[in-house]
Amino acid sequence: MEIVDSGRGELIGWHDPDENRAWVRDHKPRGLIDKRMSVADAVGRFVHDGDYIAVGGFGHIRTPMALIYEIIRQGRRDLAVAGKTAVHDLDILIGGGCVSKVECAYSFGHEMRGLSPCGRRAVESGQVKVVAETSNGAYQWRFLAGMMGIPFIPARNLLGTDTFARSSCKTALDPWSGKPVVLIPAAYPDVALLHVPRCDCYGNAQIDGILVEDLELARAARRVLVTTEEIVPESVIRQDPRQTAIPYYVVDAVCHVPYGAHPAQMPYLYFFDEKHIAEWLRLSKTVEGTDRYMERYVRGVADFDEYLDRVGGLGRMQELQQIETGQEEEAGQ
Amino acid sequence: MSSADGNGYSLAELLACAASRLLEDNRAVFVGTGLPMIAAMLAQRTHAPHLLIVFEAGGVGPRVPSLPVSVGDSRTFHQAVLASSMHDVMAACSAGYIDYGFLGGAAIDQYGNLNTTVFGEWEQPTVRLPGSGGANDIGSFCWRTIYMMRNQSPRTFMRKLPFITTPGYLSGPGAREAVGLPAGCGPYRVITQLGVYGFDEETRRMMLLACHPGVTVDEIQANSEFEILVPGKVSETEPPTLEERRLLHKIDPTAMVLGR
Repeated sequence: MEIVDSGRGELIGWHDPDENRAWVRDHKPRGLIDKRMSVADAVGRFVHDGDYIAVGGFGHIRTPMALIYEIIRQGRRDLAVAGKTAVHDLDILIGGGCVSKVECAYSFGHEMRGLSPCGRRAVESGQVKVVAETSNGAYQWRFLAGMMGIPFIPARNLLGTDTFARSSCKTALDPWSGKPVVLIPAAYPDVALLHVPRCDCYGNAQIDGILVEDLELARAARRVLVTTEEIVPESVIRQDPRQTAIPYYVVDAVCHVPYGAHPAQMPYLYFFDEKHIAEWLRLSKTVEGTDRYMERYVRGVADFDEYLDRVGGLGRMQELQQIETGQEEEAGQ
Repeated sequence: MSSADGNGYSLAELLACAASRLLEDNRAVFVGTGLPMIAAMLAQRTHAPHLLIVFEAGGVGPRVPSLPVSVGDSRTFHQAVLASSMHDVMAACSAGYIDYGFLGGAAIDQYGNLNTTVFGEWEQPTVRLPGSGGANDIGSFCWRTIYMMRNQSPRTFMRKLPFITTPGYLSGPGAREAVGLPAGCGPYRVITQLGVYGFDEETRRMMLLACHPGVTVDEIQANSEFEILVPGKVSETEPPTLEERRLLHKIDPTAMVLGR
């Protein structure tokens, strides 16, 4: 296949397919092992300085915030992050000083809530480096190639743009049609962080509503940490196996964390905590404010339970549940 | 703004209606949040009841109960026909199922190329923007892309973009096909606070189609760094009807988008 053009972006998270197959053979758990552990243990064991991490869900939806806060508490440094509609999670990690590289499909913004003061400041000052550009679709297909264990996947987006020129992709001529196609390299994140509504102790996880990227991401990543609203018996999974989005053999840690996506939305369970998101967006306008947020909600608390107390405890969680399930109008709307 | 019948509508209402009328029944549209979402919902409640709405995070064909704040919000798959995944939706785009796609951005050029990535040097940007998100995918795959930009000025209608995030017609006729993008698709309409534009078949350059009420061709031209083609006949954007306005305010009762 003739290579016509090459993007100049840094290729992160790629491995030779045989090397990755051998890694999977030697490290991924095919035996049924009870993987329940605390969030602190999961991060302590599986997240290392310099890792390339990717976060499931979408923006402020089903975001594994308990894991994000713990990564900051444990002082991880130099992370490379998949910026694939990475919104609150990435912003908070940058504010916590954990990130040095981002591969950007969508980052440094909060969709309709506006641009991210913290993320933008970090990039414009050089604290965080964008090492490559891509699109949400192309990033999705990096994970698709990763889960298949193939070196790349051909596609027809990115072509002809600066997004391609700054990507880690190449262009080649399709041997059948003769037309140029983009070759999107596989991605194997060192760690994927996911939050789900229910999971058994082995890591068989169900997701209600849209899967977003989690099906492909969980199967592509080398290590997969799952936080879950509820731990269910294995029999619940076996009753309806069609509901399993993520099978146990790709999962390395299972952490029971009710409200573990707060302040993000958990479909069918609880709504965005707009008050808390607005507080972050306000405080993160300055470095001092960012530090104050970290002290109040992340570094100054022992764990996620203490964080939940600080953001309003069970009373606030019940309000958010009522908004999501339609029992109450959204406050302030 | 006001119209002959004393119907005092807002700019947001005018833009939502202009976008809504472009969407045909029994077609599929890929939408983001904000005005595109409102436009698609209005089309469903008027001339296009069978318009299929698709969201990039996996929501397909929802009965949206109230305006989502994110394209992954649980309202984007409320009573949907399918709650799937980004891969599934992007694959449908790539395969040719999606007729319309909405785009917005910080700056556009005469061929409908779009920048949502940086101003200044890419390595050391003066302004860092969020990047492509799904925009490059929409601009590559959807049959007809519709741009909504409420800030037309010589700074946003640029002769040369600092960064092409999303492809329009690139450098002109045939350029998309030459680089390997799917054939026969590309920019269709641009809607700004001043007017509605299309693209000339021969040159693929942006062409004025309609001025909004009270806007002159001179104003259109003065608010662009590049020359906008002006055909012999330029129409005026049809103002929102009272019925359209009533529906819009039912769709966005708290004026989350319409109030902007």
